[in-house]
Amino acid sequence: MAVELKHDPYNLIITGVGGQGNVLASRMLGAVLTAQGLWVTIGETFGASQRGGSVMSHLRVSQDGSWSPQIPQGRAHMVLALEPLEALRVLETYGNPQSMAIVNDRPVMPYAAIAGHAEYPAAEEVAKWLGELTAQTWIIPATETALELGLPIYANVIMMGALAAVGDLPISREGFEAELIKSLGPAKMARNLDAFDQGAAMIAS
Amino acid sequence: MANSEQANQRLTLMGNQAISRGALEAGMRVAAGYPGTPSSEIIENLAKSADEHGLYVEWSINEKVSLEVAAAASLAGLRSLCAMKQNGVNVASDFLLHLAGSGIRAGMVLVHCDDPGALSSVNEGESRHFARMIELPQLEPGDFQEAKDMTKWAFELSEELGQVVMLRSVTRLSHASGGVVPGPLPEVSGQARFEHNGSLLDPQRGPVTAGPVSVNHPRMQEKLARAVELFEESPFNTYSGPEEPELLVITCSICSLYVKEALVMLGAADRVGVLKLGTTWPLPPKLVQRNLERCERIMVVEEVIPFLEENLKIMAAELAGQIGPKQFMAKREGYLPSTGELNPDLVAAALARALDIEYQERPAGYAAKVASAAQATDTPRELAFCPGCPHRASYWSLKSALALDGRDGFICGDIGCYALGARPSNYGILKTLHAMGSGAGLATGFGQLGRFGMDQPVMAVSGDSTFYHAVIPALINAVHQKSPMSLVIMDNSGTAMTGFQPHPGTQTDAMGHPVPPVDLEGICRALGAEVTVCDPFDLETTRQAAMDMLADQSTAKVLILRQLCALSPERKGKKLYDVQVDPDKCLGGQCGCNRLCTRVFGCPGLAWERETGRAYIDEVICAGCGVCASVCPAGAIIKTERA
Repeated sequence: MAVELKHDPYNLIITGVGGQGNVLASRMLGAVLTAQGLWVTIGETFGASQRGGSVMSHLRVSQDGSWSPQIPQGRAHMVLALEPLEALRVLETYGNPQSMAIVNDRPVMPYAAIAGHAEYPAAEEVAKWLGELTAQTWIIPATETALELGLPIYANVIMMGALAAVGDLPISREGFEAELIKSLGPAKMARNLDAFDQGAAMIAS
Repeated sequence: MANSEQANQRLTLMGNQAISRGALEAGMRVAAGYPGTPSSEIIENLAKSADEHGLYVEWSINEKVSLEVAAAASLAGLRSLCAMKQNGVNVASDFLLHLAGSGIRAGMVLVHCDDPGALSSVNEGESRHFARMIELPQLEPGDFQEAKDMTKWAFELSEELGQVVMLRSVTRLSHASGGVVPGPLPEVSGQARFEHNGSLLDPQRGPVTAGPVSVNHPRMQEKLARAVELFEESPFNTYSGPEEPELLVITCSICSLYVKEALVMLGAADRVGVLKLGTTWPLPPKLVQRNLERCERIMVVEEVIPFLEENLKIMAAELAGQIGPKQFMAKREGYLPSTGELNPDLVAAALARALDIEYQERPAGYAAKVASAAQATDTPRELAFCPGCPHRASYWSLKSALALDGRDGFICGDIGCYALGARPSNYGILKTLHAMGSGAGLATGFGQLGRFGMDQPVMAVSGDSTFYHAVIPALINAVHQKSPMSLVIMDNSGTAMTGFQPHPGTQTDAMGHPVPPVDLEGICRALGAEVTVCDPFDLETTRQAAMDMLADQSTAKVLILRQLCALSPERKGKKLYDVQVDPDKCLGGQCGCNRLCTRVFGCPGLAWERETGRAYIDEVICAGCGVCASVCPAGAIIKTERA
C-alpha cells in the first residue's frame, strides 16, 4: 500500500500533563496509521511521570521499519499539545523553524504556580512564543468544547480531529472510526465522532 | 489483543506485549512476577489471556517467590517465564544463584527490565551484571520484533542448555511500541510431573539441588561454553555497513535504534559499521574477532555502566596478538556517559566527535527564540500526588502530628506512589527513601537509638503491596526487639503505582479469579503490634491517631490509613463530592491563612485566581474527594455530597 508521507519518518509529539490521556491518544493514532500499512514507533514514559508531571509521547511514522522511540532534538514536524506550556516546553527541545503545533488553550497549573512560587504566563505571551517557534500554530479550545460535549477527556479526540484536518498524516474519519469501535464499542461512537468533527472544523475555519 | 491476534499481520506492539507474545509462541505455560515499572505489562498481558490459553499466571508476593514459582513449573516440565524490574533481580538473586547451580528442566526465561535514566525508579541499577556474576546467558533484544522473536528463542536456548536464560529489556523498549509480525501459536499439551527418584547427579530425573558444587559448578560453565557456540551462529547478532569501515560501533538493546538514527542524522552510514549484539553474555569470541578485525577504532554504545564495553575490552586484549591493538572510543574514554539514559542526540554527538563531523541540530537564530520562550518554562512541572489522592491527605495529617509533637520526629519512606512524599511539592515529608521495605527496616533501627540519646520519634510508611512484599520481616523485628517505631500503612487497595495489580490483600488474583484476601490488619495484630485503622480523608481523627502513636514510645505500633486510590477502577471518574469555593466566604489575601489551601495543601485541582485574589476549584481536574473543605480555616470550601 503506497501512502505518501511528507517526511519519512514523520515525527509527531503528543504532549500534556499526566492524567490528560495522551497515552491513549498516541495508541489510537498509532493504530489508525498502522492500519494504513505504515510502521509506527511510539516512545512513551509512564509510572511516576503520570503523577502530575509533563508527559510526552513520540510517534515516528515511516514506510520502512522501526525508528528510535526518542525523536532527536529539533526534529519534530508536528506537536499536538493538550496544554499550552507543555507545547512550549516540547518545542524548546524538539522544535525547528518548520515545526507546526496544535495547542489546546486550557492551562493546567503546575504545582509551582498553585503554591505561588511561579506565575503561569499570560495566554498572549504563550501564543507569541508559540508563533515564534513554529511555522504555524493552531490554538484551539479543545477542553472547552469537550466540556460542552460532556467530558473533558473528549479533548483528546478533538485534538486528533484537528491533526487529521491538517492533512500531513493519512488519518481519515473512517480510519479513526474503525479503530475507535474496536476499543470503545459502538455505544460511545456518536459523541466521539462528533468530537473528531469539531476538532477538524477548528482547523478548517 | 496481541495474544490472540493472527500470525503474519504486522501489528504495533509495546515491547512488553511483544515479549508476552513471544512467550505464548514458545508454548509457555506458567508465568509469575512482581509488578514494577517498566516490566509490569508482561505479566498483565499473559494474565489477561491465561484462561484462553490454559496458562497459570500469578502476581507473587515478591520477586524471589515469583522466581521460585516459575522454577517449580520448569522442574515439573512446563516452560515458564518470570518478569521483574531491575531491583527485583536483587531480591530474587539469592534463589537465582542457587537455581543456576541446580539447573532447570523445561525452558525458563527471566525477563528483567532495567530503567536507564531512572524514569520510573529511584535507581538506575544494572541487572545485566547478575548474568556475569551468576554465570547465566544474557540476551538483549534490539527492537520490537526481536523482543518477540528472542523471547521465543530464549525458551529453546534455555531448554537446550538446561539453564535459566536472562532476557533484558529497558524502559524505552518495554514501554515503547513498534512493528511486530506475530508468528503462529502452538498447540500446547503435556502434564506437569516432577521426577525426583533418579540419581543426585542425573539432571533430568534426580533431586534438584544447588550442590554438590564440585559437580554443578563445572556443569554451569559447560552450559555457558555451549551457549557461546550457539551465540557464534545466532541470527540476533548482525553486522551492517561497509566491509572496511572507518569506525566500528558495537551496540545492543534499544541503543541499536539510536545508532541507526544517529548515522542518518550525520549522513555517516557509509563510513561506519555497526555490530548489533543480541547475545551479550558470554560474548562469542570468533564473531567478535571477525568484526574487530574490520578496523582500528571501536565505539561501544550501551546505557549506564560499561558492561559490554568492559567485556569487549577483555576480549580485545586476549585477541591482541592476532588482531593488533584497538582504539576504543566509549564510556571510559569519555565519549558517552555512564549515568543516565542515552538518546539519538548523545550517540550522534559521540559519533560526530569520533568522525570529525560538524552537526548542528537547528539553524542558528532558533536558539535565541528558544531562550526567550524558556522564561515561561524554566520551572519544571513538579510531580505531585493526583487530585483526590489519599496520600496527600495522609501526609497532611502526619505532618501536623509531627509538628504538634514537637520533638523533630521524622518519617522513613518506602517504594510506591507515596515515595513522592520526598519531593517538596508533597511536603518533603519523607526523610529517607531506599528499597522496598527499607523504610520500616530503617525505622526499627532508629527506634533502638534512644539508648544513645536520640529523642526523635520515628515513623515509617508503607503501601499495602509493599507491606506484603518486604515490610513484614521488619515489623516482626520491631515487635520482637521492642523498637518503638510507628508504622503507617497507606492502604489504597492495590498496587497503585504500577496499575492496580492484585496483591495478597486483594480478593482477586492476576487472572481475575476470586482468592482469599490475607488480612493486613490481622497480620499486624498477630505479630503483636497495636493497630489503629483510620480513613485518611478524616483529617482530624487521623492526626489524633498519629499523635497518640508518637506519644507512646513503649512499643511498635501500626496505623492503617485506608482509602481507595483516586485512579483505581472503583473510584476513577466518580466524584464523592461537588466541591466549590464560596467567593463570599473566601477572604483571599485578607484572610490570615496566607493561602493555606493552595500554597501549602497543594492539590492540582485547587488553584489561585490572580484577578480575584481568591481560591477556585478547577472542575476539570478536581476529583471530588472533599478533603480541602477541612483544610480551609474560613470554611469557604463547600463540599456537597453527590447523589
